[in-house]
Amino acid sequence: MNLLLDNLPALLIAVPLLGAFLVPVIGRFLPKIRDAWIILVSFLASLAAVITAAAVFLKGTLVYVFGAAAVSSAADSGGIPFRIIFTIDGFGAFMLLSAAIVSFAVVLYLVASQKERSGKSEFYALYLLLTAGIFGMVSTGDLFNFFVFLEINTLAGAALVSYHRKGGIAVEGAIKYLIVNTVGGLMVLFSIGLLYAQYNSLNMAFLASQMTWTTLNIVALVLFITALGMKAGAVPFHFATPDAYSVAPSGITAVMVVASQAGLYGLFRVLFTLYGGSINTVTIGWVIIILGILSMVIGVTMALPQKDIKRLLAYHAVSQTGYMLLGVGVAFAVLGDPAATAAFGQTAMEGGLFHIINHALYKGLLFLAVGAVIYRTGVWSLNKLGGLGHNMKWTMVFFLIGALAIAGIPPFNGFASKLMIYESVFAFNPALSIIAMVVSILTLASFMKVFHSVFMGPRLPEYENVKEVPKLMIAGMIILTIFVIGFGLVPDLVVDSIVSPAAAALLNQGSYITAVLGGGL
Amino acid sequence: MIANLPFIAIALLIGIAFAIILLKKNMIKMVMGIGIMESAVNLFLITIGYREEGIAPIFTSAPEGSVMVLPTVQALTLTNIVIGVAATALMISMIMIIYKKYGTINSDKMRRLKE
Repeated sequence: MNLLLDNLPALLIAVPLLGAFLVPVIGRFLPKIRDAWIILVSFLASLAAVITAAAVFLKGTLVYVFGAAAVSSAADSGGIPFRIIFTIDGFGAFMLLSAAIVSFAVVLYLVASQKERSGKSEFYALYLLLTAGIFGMVSTGDLFNFFVFLEINTLAGAALVSYHRKGGIAVEGAIKYLIVNTVGGLMVLFSIGLLYAQYNSLNMAFLASQMTWTTLNIVALVLFITALGMKAGAVPFHFATPDAYSVAPSGITAVMVVASQAGLYGLFRVLFTLYGGSINTVTIGWVIIILGILSMVIGVTMALPQKDIKRLLAYHAVSQTGYMLLGVGVAFAVLGDPAATAAFGQTAMEGGLFHIINHALYKGLLFLAVGAVIYRTGVWSLNKLGGLGHNMKWTMVFFLIGALAIAGIPPFNGFASKLMIYESVFAFNPALSIIAMVVSILTLASFMKVFHSVFMGPRLPEYENVKEVPKLMIAGMIILTIFVIGFGLVPDLVVDSIVSPAAAALLNQGSYITAVLGGGL
Repeated sequence: MIANLPFIAIALLIGIAFAIILLKKNMIKMVMGIGIMESAVNLFLITIGYREEGIAPIFTSAPEGSVMVLPTVQALTLTNIVIGVAATALMISMIMIIYKKYGTINSDKMRRLKE
């Protein structure tokens, strides 16, 4: 038992990876137990992630060194760590938690919604690979390792987006996503090379301890921001996101949201942990804030006229990413000023990070609910849908909860994090806060339109025989709903127990370095 | 000057690759552009690991006092080549499906998503 607990960070990757490669074998010889196997593997992977996260929140940063005699000591070569190393601090644990919840809920949903489809073995294998990629990205402490998991994430994600071809349009969306993210991945690798050339190490903590203000580091930073911004789907790199989200199978889109947030994780990790105070935080902070504001405004204005229901949700995903960038950007802009950080910087950071997990939950719920509508009717267009509330009561309730949460209506979780962002950003710059509120109102308007045109109105003759979706799909949505409502009812508890440690981990660059290198350096 | 030649080549290759990816309409050519960019990054990694008069980094048979090239970047390059093969294969198979369904590989004519 102790052996298992000691090696949890390795299990995070090993379970989904081995599980993924066994899926086609099981599908070939024992097709009957394939669905049970998927649920089991995904449950174990999520369980490992949750236990790891709990261990980090209780005991502090977890360091795991692959292949070393003592797995928790890194510096075994004259103070320079050279092995592959996992460093899971509060922020990593926070992202693990969000990925674990969403990926398990989506597996339940997928097992029911993919029942009639062909090629399920490879589909689930790719799904588990995507999970492994996300878990790896948020737990690794090694830059090259991060790149490898980023590529696993991108390739598995693109293949899943194109899985049901839909006469070619799914492939069209997938290839745009793949080209953008492959170029982004190469940019990340190039900047890793720039850093390696100067410091001869790939370990994030060691690089962070050596980082200075040089031209090469600025070039690397710009490439990092561009590439990880592409992965996160922020404006001006947002063009591939709606295309890919709108054509992917519905359950997959919910996970793609988490996958792109792993890119956001990378961006924040690079900014705060890798560069930290060594760069001009005010300038870079404002760059992030402006990207956030643009994402918010452009995302929501593009969402308003959409007729395709999933494309509309995808543009809202771009818009919500803006809130996270805004909150964290404000925190980065005041990083060098301890008084401002204490006054509102930390709250802005907590709001931005809290919004990450909230967005993963309610946007996941919305995509699943919309997927349920498409599963039963086969129709995407808002103009053709209507009156479904009579036949799909559960789905209607889930969609309504998700819609109110994304619009920031109490008592749902979106309100809790948005309020934190409004308050703290107002202290920084009132104009930014007002823009954020206006965007929120537009979001509400857009979702009321969707809710009304899909679920309200008289029963339409063509949807006379539409039934509620299977129980497992509802079970997947219920898991997300519980968290959406729970996080909204006790936001203080959630902020204190998981969000604050995450924010503290990012703000305190020294603790990350010390955790890996020890106090000696 | 002569030591900087590889870096000039890398900058040129990356510039060419970006121009191809952004300007070409033919999807196969875009994939080729990504291939060129990948090679440029690989060349960059190998170049930063190069040492003047360096030998292969094998400790057991190294002569006394010799300089070795850096092994880590070579491992990175190898990994990137493998990842690149996977990405290229996936992109090309997607283009095949698009050609089958749309009858074209011109990126300007791929507009069904927008309708």
